[in-house]
Formats: sequence, C-alpha cells, structure tokens
Amino acid sequence: MGNWIQRREVTLTIIIFLFIGLVSLRAPGFALPSNMYDVLNDTAVLMLAATAQFLVLLTGGIDLSIPSIMALTGMSLAMLNMKVPLLPIPVVVALAILVGLIQGGLNGLFVGVFRIPSIITTLGTMAMYRALVFLLSGGQWVSAHEMSESFKNIPHTPFLGISGILWYTAIVVCLVGIFLTYSRWGRFVYAVGGNRTAARLVGISGSKVDGLVFLLSGAISGLAGLLYVTRYAAAQTDSALGYELQAVAACVIGGVSVSGGSGTILGVVLGAFFLGLLYNALTVVNLSPFYQMALQGFAILVAIVANTVVNQKNQKTMLAKRKLI
Amino acid sequence: MQGPILSLEHISMYFPGIKALEDVHFTVRPGEVHALIGENGAGKSTLVKIMTGVYRPTKGTITYLGKKVDFKSPQEAQAAGIAVIHQETSMFADLSVAENIFIGHAPLLGKGLPLPWRPLSWRAMHEQAQGVLEKLGMPLDTHALVKNLSTAERHLVEIAKALSREAKVLVMDEPTSALTFRETEELFSLVRRLKAQGVAIVFISHKFEEIFEIADYYTVLRDGSYIGEGPLAGTTEEELIKMMVGRSIEQLFPKKNSSPGEVRLEARNLSKSGVFKDISFQVRAGEILGFFGLVGSGRSEVMQALIGVDSYDSGLLLLDGQECRFTNPGEAMHKGVVYVPEDRQRQGAVLTMSIMENITLPQIDVLSRIGFLDRKREVQFAKEYAQLLEVKAAGLQYDVQTLSGGNQQKVVLAKWLATRPRVLILDEPTKGIDVATKAAVHGIISDLAAEGMAVIMVSSELPEIIGMSDRVVVMHEGVVAGVFERKDYKEELIMKAAMGTKVSHQKELVHHG
Repeated sequence: MGNWIQRREVTLTIIIFLFIGLVSLRAPGFALPSNMYDVLNDTAVLMLAATAQFLVLLTGGIDLSIPSIMALTGMSLAMLNMKVPLLPIPVVVALAILVGLIQGGLNGLFVGVFRIPSIITTLGTMAMYRALVFLLSGGQWVSAHEMSESFKNIPHTPFLGISGILWYTAIVVCLVGIFLTYSRWGRFVYAVGGNRTAARLVGISGSKVDGLVFLLSGAISGLAGLLYVTRYAAAQTDSALGYELQAVAACVIGGVSVSGGSGTILGVVLGAFFLGLLYNALTVVNLSPFYQMALQGFAILVAIVANTVVNQKNQKTMLAKRKLI
Repeated sequence: MQGPILSLEHISMYFPGIKALEDVHFTVRPGEVHALIGENGAGKSTLVKIMTGVYRPTKGTITYLGKKVDFKSPQEAQAAGIAVIHQETSMFADLSVAENIFIGHAPLLGKGLPLPWRPLSWRAMHEQAQGVLEKLGMPLDTHALVKNLSTAERHLVEIAKALSREAKVLVMDEPTSALTFRETEELFSLVRRLKAQGVAIVFISHKFEEIFEIADYYTVLRDGSYIGEGPLAGTTEEELIKMMVGRSIEQLFPKKNSSPGEVRLEARNLSKSGVFKDISFQVRAGEILGFFGLVGSGRSEVMQALIGVDSYDSGLLLLDGQECRFTNPGEAMHKGVVYVPEDRQRQGAVLTMSIMENITLPQIDVLSRIGFLDRKREVQFAKEYAQLLEVKAAGLQYDVQTLSGGNQQKVVLAKWLATRPRVLILDEPTKGIDVATKAAVHGIISDLAAEGMAVIMVSSELPEIIGMSDRVVVMHEGVVAGVFERKDYKEELIMKAAMGTKVSHQKELVHHG
C-alpha cells in the first residue's frame, strides 16, 4: 500500500516495457502483438502455478508439491481420457480441479491440523504424488495420438478470439484477486501471514487459513496440470518438474514477501509474465536456452535486493520521522 | 575502603521527547556489591546501558580505573572489563558450555598466522573454561550443551563468560527473577566469592530481602534523577521505598470521576499451578481496575488465562453474573471481552497491513455480506475510529509499520475499541510510547470508563496505576498481595505489597536470627 510510485507493480511494468524495447532493438518482431500473445500463452501455466504458490507464500509457508500435483492430475485425467474419450470438457475441468483439491487437502491436513511445517509436509507429498504418477502410469507416457481431439483442444479452443488457456488463467487470477481483496477469508490470509499471534487474538484461526490456502493451491495446481498436459499433448512422468521454484521466482519478482503477509496478485502475474518474456527473448535473440536458468536466478536476486533496499529506506524514513516527535 | 573503579558523574541522557536521565551520579568500588534501586522507568536500565557502552550519554563523564573513558560500543566496554548479565540470558542453546563462555574470544592455535587463519584450540578452550568454573567453585561439564542446563546453571555460564574476559565490573540485572530460592542462595554465595576477589558488582533487583542480604551500598533513582546513596547497613526498607516513590505526581492524569455500575466481570479463585493461585476480583461498569505487580508477578498471565490465550486449572469466571469460560480470544471478543496485549509489534498489530485493515480486522464479519467486504463501510468505519484515537498518519492506506510506536499503539487500541467491548483489558497500555501520546491514551481510557466500559489496566508503572485506577489489585509471586481503594492509595503501601514485604520480614528474621 502507500506511495504508488514505490510499488513493485509499477516498477515491474516499467521494467517490462524497457525490456521489450531493448530486445526489439535486436529482434524487431519481438514487440509485435502476435508474439506477446504467444508469450502469454506460453506463460499461462506458470501464472497458474505462481498463483497457487502465492496463496501459500502469503501465509508464510511454501508449497513444493505444486509440480507433483500438476503431474498427477494431468496423468490421471489423460488416462481417464483414454478410457472415456467423450467425457464433456466441463466435467474434465471439474475433475482436474477436484483431483488437485484432494491433494491440496492432504497438504492442508498436515500443515493446518497436525502443525507440520509446510516445507516438510510438501517435501514429503512432492515425492509421494510424483511416485503415484509412476505407479498409476506404470512409467508409461500418454502421448498425443492416445488423447481425444476435444481433450487436446482444451487450451486452444478460442472464445472471442482468445485461447482457452488464457481464459482459464484469467478467470483463476481474477477469482483469486477478488478473494484476496474483497472477501473476509482473503483478509484473514494476509492477517495470518503478517502476524499470526495478532490474528489469533482477534479470533482468526491460523490452522483454518493454512488449510484453506493449501486447498486452493491444490485446486489451482490441478487445473494447471490439466492445461499443461493438454497443451503439450503428452502426459509424462516428469511433467512440470521444477515449476515450484519457477513459481516462487515469479512471486518474488512480483514483490511477494517470502516471510508472508505481503504481495498482490497483479505483481505475481507481472512477475510470471516477465519470466515468460525472458525465456522468449532468449530464443528470439538466439541465445542458448542454457542462459535461461542463470538469467532467472539473476532476476530473483535483483528483485530481492530491490525489496531489501526499499524496506531499509522505509525504515530509515520512519526513524527520521520519529526523531521529529 | 579503596577508591572507585567506575564512576559516572553528571550523566544526562535525552531521547527524542524524553529525558531518560538527568544529572545522575553513580560510583562503584572494587569488592563492593552496589544495589541500583528504582521503580520501572526510573532509569536503571538506561544507566546500565550507558556504563556498558550501549548508549553514549548526552552529557556527563565516565571515569574507569582512574581514566576518563568514552565507550563507543558494548564490545569496547567488555574488552575493558565491564560485563553485564542480562535478565533474559542470551545464550547459544545448541553450543557447549565452553563455547558459550568463549564465544567471540576463543583461544586460538597457530601463533603468528594472520587472525582469520588461526584455528580454534578446543583443548585450551575446555581447559580454560574448566579453570574459570573452578574459580567460581561451581564444577560443570564444559562439554554439556547449554540447552540441557537449568536456569541457574545458565546464569553461572553467563558469569563465567564475563569472568573469562577478566571483568572487573559485573552488572547483574535482576539475576534472581527466574531462580528458585536454593538457586538464589547458590548465586549469592558465588557473588560473595567474586566480591572477595575484588570484582565490583552492580546489583539490580526489585526484591528488598535480596538487596539487604547481598548488597553493601545503594543508589536510588527516580524518574530519571539521582535521589541518594549510602551504605545499606544504616538504612531501612521503609526509607528506601520512600526514596523510590516519594515523587510529587507531576504528570497529570486526566482521570474522570465515574459512578461504577453493576459488576461486569468477576473472577473467583482462578488458579494455574506454578503460575498464579486463588486470584479473585471484580470489575464494574464504568470502573478502572488497576492490576499492579512487578515483572514476573503473574499479572499478564492471569489476564491471558482468562481471555483464552492460555488456560487456568481451576476457578470461576463470571460475565454479567453468568458463568463462562473462554477457550480462545476470539470467543471472548464476541462476548465483549477484549485483551489488548503488551507487545504491540509481536501480538497487537499486523505490521504489513494498512491502518484501515488493522482497525477493521476484528470487525470483518460485521463489515461483510455473504463473505465479501463492503469497502465503503469499511473505510468509513476505520476513519471514525482513527479519528477518535487521533492516529497521526498521512492516510489510512499506509502500512502500520510506517508509524511511530505511539501511533501503532493507537491503531491497536482503535482496533479493539471498534469491537465496542464491554470489558476492556489493557496490558501495559503506555509502555514504550512518548509522553504526549501517553497522556492522550490515558485520556481515552478515562473517557471510555466514564461512558460505562469496565476497564482492567495492567501496569508496572505505579504513577499510572495511582493516577488512573479506581481500585488496584496488587500481585506478588502469583498471588493477590493486597487490594486498595482509591481513597486509601498510598504509594508506599502499594509498593510494599508488590514487593511482598510481609514475606520478607519473616525471611529477614530467619537470616538475622
């Protein structure tokens, strides 16, 4: 809140425009709307994973099981599609959300009810859900020709000229935004992340909030898993590997505090979009994709240094103000 | 008697808006146990921080070992031989006794090598630690981990740590507050041994029985000023208490007269084993009930137990004459009983949220329909209470962490008042806030009571209790040591009750008999 010039969303938007301008000098096609649309389509799944991670980070936790939930949900839906190819798409989507919800619920149970730290809980379920992918599939892939056309078209079918995957992402992002900004429980998420004790004193249960964010994270990851598998038209045992950290990266670049209590959905979306641009730019300017990880790491470090510098500056101005009293 | 080892003269210390110390003198000689006496807020801690290099005084001179000194950091003071043993021992629980003793100045191998390259000498460390502990007459396994030690043993390690740096002046800040009677006796025999070795000891304690048992000399501070000093042999407890509290109440407390109504909250024989016992009190509508006691007397613990943060083993709680028991603070809040905690940064405010969001946090249910917030009403609501409490901020959308301590406290108060409680429990409502805000907060509390709220005010500042409350319950070591009506207020009597003077007389008889 407060001074909007200092807000991460504003600085990040400026940086994104500068970045687009800079890359366009080397590759004029980069800034074209068609390329930006491609970047958005490529980034949509990451945006969903980042949104899932964001909800958990807000409470001061972390969800390492996101890619495993994506893989297990994607695999089970793809196998179901092999058996029942004509299942209506809304049912498929609902099932994906449900399968994710169940996995997230198990995380929530351990963190919220048994009070196991989220990093431990999700480290365990990350391995467990991934193992289930192997057990379920027998180590086999489900490849494109085994999937029905309608299944493979879920992310592509346009509505009003915009692809399905962007619609799903936009809906989730908007719902999460509304939830966090306008609902009681959204406010509780910020309160618990900001100060658990103070929240408890006003009767907000940290356990319930923990349980809730893991449920939501699971549901969103489930949908992300379905979109991942259908977009690449392949359900593999190693689907989405590494997405948990990319999701954290998007959040941190978007100004989310990993200690909980602060960050906005807009920042997360911009953070994910920035990472998407970064990957796309590398291909466009013909740099080896091996630079991708290095650049992503660099972007995270810059974002964290920026967070720290801003905080220290704020504290200094606070001290200066106090001396005036 | 020898000349002084450390003397502070004409010491003044100003903080923004506060004179913490004004022209204070303090002198300690080798082999002397010097009691530093004063109420909470009298300036003892500030003085200690000046002699140990944490603060540099605004005015005044410090003479140490015959030379004028100016410590720029605690490290400098420590290196010179002035060490402090804190109330809450700051130790490394997962390190061994020897490592804790020699943290920061461990014996090293490889003489001649540049310092960063010299490895630790574990053998020398354990040998020297053993040596220090033996000198103290307290054998302890130097390999033991500190987390497995008792509180008393940890104190011992702290002392050994100070001595390993060859401390000549040792400041002990309420060293016995966490010790049992036997452990205290052991500590005292250790203090006597140190004294015999010529160490000067500055001893801070609220317990007169201890002061008379162990100390030779005293200095009294009050409201940041030097009041007097002298040998303890020639004085009495009465005289010391008079010096401590004999202030003219300069601070005006805007106490309004109110006519207490019906009993709102009543506690009957609340007990929690090992913490408090048989606590009974009543608070009426329109009344401010003070809860006074020294640190560790169990005041806050009683409040936290009855509000549901903690729990009690036995006893009854009645709200408006009806039996009730709160299992969590949220439940109490819904019934109109709220607890404003002492530590606003850790328990009161959500620093990362805006002023508005903090104020409306307990009211979200009221301000939302089918789970969604009514933003317009929320803004209005927050505005109303921020104005009521005169929160000074550029706007309600700013994070609470950008506010000064006093304004943070106002936001926390606004948050709780917005729930329109019928019973308001305040734990140290003005701790650590500036004088002007303090007066404002007192004014608000007084107004609330005048409007019919039942207020319980827990405080360790006697002037605040005397100035604000209609009645005061005094606690000492977990039990009610006295209840005083406003018309019978005498600072000396309340202070005596809080210090458990009755008990101390009996003990004195034992010691002197």
